[in-house]
Amino acid sequence: MQLSVWTYEGPPHVGAMRVATAMEGMHYILHAPQGDTYADLLFTMIERRGKRPPVTYTTFQARDLGKDTAQLFQDAARDAIARFNPQAIMVGASCTAELIQDDPAGLADAMQLDCPVIPLELPSYQRKENWGAAETFYQVVRRLADQTIRPRGGTRKLANILGPAALGFRHRDDLVEVRKILEALGVEVNCVAPLGASPADIARIGAADFNIVLYPEIASEAARWLEKTFAQPTVRSVPIGVGATREFIAEIAALAGTEPAAALGDSASRMPWWSRSVDSTYLTGKRVFVFGDATHAIAAARIAQEELGFEVCGLGCYNREFARELREAAALYGVEPLITDDHLAVEEAIAAATPELVLGTQMERHIAKRLGLPCAVISAPVHVQDFPARHSPQMGFEGANVIFDSWVHPLVMGLEEHLLTMFREDFEFSDGAGASHLHTQAPSPAPPAPETVIANDAEPGSLWTAEAERELRKIPFFVRGKARRNTELYAAEQGRGAIDLATLYDAKAHHAR
Amino acid sequence: MSAAAPSLASGAGHAPVLRERGQREVFCGLTGIVWLHRKMQDAFFLVVGSRTCAHLLQSAAGVMIFAEPRFATAIIEERDLAGMVDCQDELNRVVDRLLERRPEVRTLFLVGSCPSEVIKLDLAKAAQRLGAKHAPRVRILNYSGSGIETTFTEGEDACLASLVPEMPALEFGSPLHLLVVGALPDIVEEQFLRLFAELGIERVGVLPARNLADLPAVGPDTRFLLAQPFLTETALALVDRGARRLDALFPFGAEGTTDWLHAAAQAFDVDEMHFNRVVAPGRERAKRAIQHSRERLQGKRISFLPDSQLEVPLARFLSNELGMVPVEVGTPYLHREHNAKELALLPDKVRLSEGQDVDRQLDRLRADRPDLTVCGLGLANPLEAEGLATKWSIELVFSPIHGFEQAGDLAELFARPLRRRDMLKV
Repeated sequence: MQLSVWTYEGPPHVGAMRVATAMEGMHYILHAPQGDTYADLLFTMIERRGKRPPVTYTTFQARDLGKDTAQLFQDAARDAIARFNPQAIMVGASCTAELIQDDPAGLADAMQLDCPVIPLELPSYQRKENWGAAETFYQVVRRLADQTIRPRGGTRKLANILGPAALGFRHRDDLVEVRKILEALGVEVNCVAPLGASPADIARIGAADFNIVLYPEIASEAARWLEKTFAQPTVRSVPIGVGATREFIAEIAALAGTEPAAALGDSASRMPWWSRSVDSTYLTGKRVFVFGDATHAIAAARIAQEELGFEVCGLGCYNREFARELREAAALYGVEPLITDDHLAVEEAIAAATPELVLGTQMERHIAKRLGLPCAVISAPVHVQDFPARHSPQMGFEGANVIFDSWVHPLVMGLEEHLLTMFREDFEFSDGAGASHLHTQAPSPAPPAPETVIANDAEPGSLWTAEAERELRKIPFFVRGKARRNTELYAAEQGRGAIDLATLYDAKAHHAR
Repeated sequence: MSAAAPSLASGAGHAPVLRERGQREVFCGLTGIVWLHRKMQDAFFLVVGSRTCAHLLQSAAGVMIFAEPRFATAIIEERDLAGMVDCQDELNRVVDRLLERRPEVRTLFLVGSCPSEVIKLDLAKAAQRLGAKHAPRVRILNYSGSGIETTFTEGEDACLASLVPEMPALEFGSPLHLLVVGALPDIVEEQFLRLFAELGIERVGVLPARNLADLPAVGPDTRFLLAQPFLTETALALVDRGARRLDALFPFGAEGTTDWLHAAAQAFDVDEMHFNRVVAPGRERAKRAIQHSRERLQGKRISFLPDSQLEVPLARFLSNELGMVPVEVGTPYLHREHNAKELALLPDKVRLSEGQDVDRQLDRLRADRPDLTVCGLGLANPLEAEGLATKWSIELVFSPIHGFEQAGDLAELFARPLRRRDMLKV
C-alpha cells in the first residue's frame, strides 16, 4: 500500500477516457461501480467541454455482485450502441470491476456486435493514467488501422500527428502551431489522432508517409507499431522551445525532402530577441527547479538553460515510464534526477534546492505558494486555469514566445530587484510587500511574518550568530534562501564552527559569479 | 411502486415514484470526506482503496485544498492483491506512519472503498487491532464510503453511524436532552444553538461534535432532530440506543426552519407564546431575504437530478416559499418516513423518481425543458450547451444553506444562474 494525499496521475481507465473523449464516433463501455462517473467532471468542468464524455458506466452495486454483473455489462453495451450508434466501441474495466473478473472483452465478443470492439486490459493496481492513454491509443490504432493501405509516397508528403488528447496540457493550441509549420513546409496532414479522429480516420492512418509524435507519453507505443507495420518513420523531436522547434522543422524537412527555410524564417519568433535584449540580463543564472511529465520537464530544462540563461538546480518527472530519458537530461545539467510520484518528496527536494523559480505542475504551484516561491505551470496534471480562453501554445515559435512571458512574469523584475537590495529597510518598499506587479502574491499585512520573530536572535542550536542572521534578513527574500544555503555550504567546507558576519561575506566572495 | 391515487390533501405523500436503475451520474460516499474532514478537527480519514479513490477525492474537492488535508488514501497495489504482502500488515505500517506524522489526530477513520469491499478486507478487524495498539491516544473507527454501497451523502450517514456506539450513555432518568444530527457549517450550528438557548432548551448536543473527543451522551432521554435528510443509518443507530426522533420539516427556508425548531420546542414543553417571540425575528428576516429571489423564481419550472437526497426538502422550499413549479424531483434514495412532512407539502403533480438511468432521465428532461435543472458537475456544462439553465448541486452541500439567516443565500443560489443568463449579452 502506498500512502497518498494528492496524485499526479489518475487510474489508467481515465487515460482511456482521455482517448475516447478526444475522438469522434467512439464509445467506451466501462464496467465500473457507482461513483466512478466522477471522471466525467474532469472533462466537463476542467476542460469546459460542452458534451458528456462518450462513456457508459455499468454502475454495479454490492447487491449485484456474484449475481448478474456480467448481464449488466451486456445490457449496458447493447443500450449504449442503440442510443449512440458509435463507429467502434472500447470495452474495459475500472479498478473495482477488474477485481470481479467479468472479462468485458469476452462478454463483448460473445455479443457478436456489428461495430468493431477494442478490448482494453488496463491493470489498475500497477499502472496509471498516462500508461492507460498510451495503451488505449495503441490498441485503437492496431485494431482499426486498415493494413492493406500503404504510405502514399507522392511528392507532397503526408503526415499523421499523434498524441493530442482530451485533458492535455495545451494540446489544442500546440496543434494549431504544428499545423502552421507543416503548411509552411508543404506537408499535408493525413490524420490527427486521437484528438478529433473518428474510427474511419484511424483506418486510413497507414496512408501517411511518416508520423509525428507530439506527446510521447500518449503516442510512443502506437508510433512504434505504425513504424513496424507501415514502415512509417517517426519524428520524435518535440517542438517545445526555439532550439527544439528548429530541430523539429529540420527533421520534418529532411523526411519530406523540402527546404526548412520556409518554416525556420518565422518572423513571429520573438523569444530569442526578448531573451537577448538587455532587459533580460537579470535573468542570468536564476536557479530553477523543474518538475512535470518527462517530456515537458526535459523540454523546460533545456529552454531554461539554453534559451533564458537560467541555471537548472533540480529536474524530475512523475512518470517512471520515461525515467531513462529524464536521467539522461539530468546528467546534462549535473543535477540528481528526481523520479517520484510522491508530492511530499518533491516538496522536500524543492525546499532543499532553494530555487528562485519553480516550473512544475499544479501540484508544484501549491508547493511553491507554500514556500513563497514564484512558479509557472509547464505540464499536466491540469487545472481549469490550464485551459485559457486565449491561444496559448507551448509548441513552435509562438509557444516559445508564450513560455518567455509566462515564466518571466512571476519573477521580480530587473531594476526592482536592485532597488529592493539597495533600500532594503524602506518601510513601504520592502520585500514583505512582494513584487509590485503581482497583487495576488502580495502577502496580507495583518499577520506578522514568522521570520521577523526569529530575526531578533539566532535560532537556538543554529550556527548563525545573531548579527549574521540579522544581516541575512537584509538580503531580499528571493535570494535569501540561496545566500543562506551557500553560506552554510561554505562554512561546512571551511570547517567554521559559527557563521558570523565575516563568514557571510567570505562566502559571498567565494560564490561570486 | 405505490399505487394509491394522488390526493390534493396529502400533496405528493402518496404520489407514485418512478424507480430506475442504470447508469448513475452521482458521487460515491467517499466524497463526504471533503467536508467532514474540515468539520471534525481532531479526526483524520484514511481511505483504503485504489488510485481511483484518491483521484476522486482530489477532483471532487474541485481545487486542491491548500493546507495539508486531514485525509489520505492508502492505495492498494498489485503486491497487496497478489498476496505478496499481507494487507493487514501493510495497513499497520501505513497507520503507524500516518499517526507519527500527525500526532494531533485523536480519531482515525478507516474508510472502506469499492476495492476494499470486493477483496473483503476486514477494516472492522483492523480498526479493533489498531485501536488497541494506539489507545488511549487515538480512537480508530471504520465505515464504508464505497460506491457499491453508498451514494454521495450516504457516506456522511455511514460515518456518523459509526460514531453512535462511541457516544457515552446518558443516564436513565436524566432530564431530556436534545441532539442535532448532521454536519452543519460552524456558523449555522452556532445560530441554531443560540436559538435553542433562547427557547430555554439547555441541554443540546451536536453530532458530529467539532472535536470528536467531546461526543455528546445518548440514551432514552435523548430527543434528536435530523438536520439533513440523508441520515437513515445514523437515525436507526440512535434509536437503537433509545433516542427518539422528532419529526419535522428539514430546516430550509422560513417555514422549514420554523417547523424544525417547533418540533424541539414542543418536545421540550416550550410555551407557544415564547416560541413565537423567539422565532419571529429570524423568520421575518428569512422571508424578507428571499423576497427579491422570489420575484425572479416565481412560476419557473425546476427539475432535480438525483444527487444528495436534499432534493425533496429543497423542492418543497422552492415550491412553497418561492413559488417555483417542481417538474421532476429525482433523488438517489427516498426515505418516505423522514420525508413524510416534506412530501405532503409538494404539489401532487410532481414527478418523483428514485435511482437513475441517466440517459432516460435526460430524455425526460429534454422533453420537459424546465427553466432550471439542478444537477451534478458532470452534466452541468453539457446541459448548458444544450440551452438548459443549470444549478450545480454540489454547492448545496458545500455552502451554508440551513436556517433562517441562510434562507436568502439558498434562494439566491437558484436565482443566480437565471439572473446571469439575463445579464449576459455574449
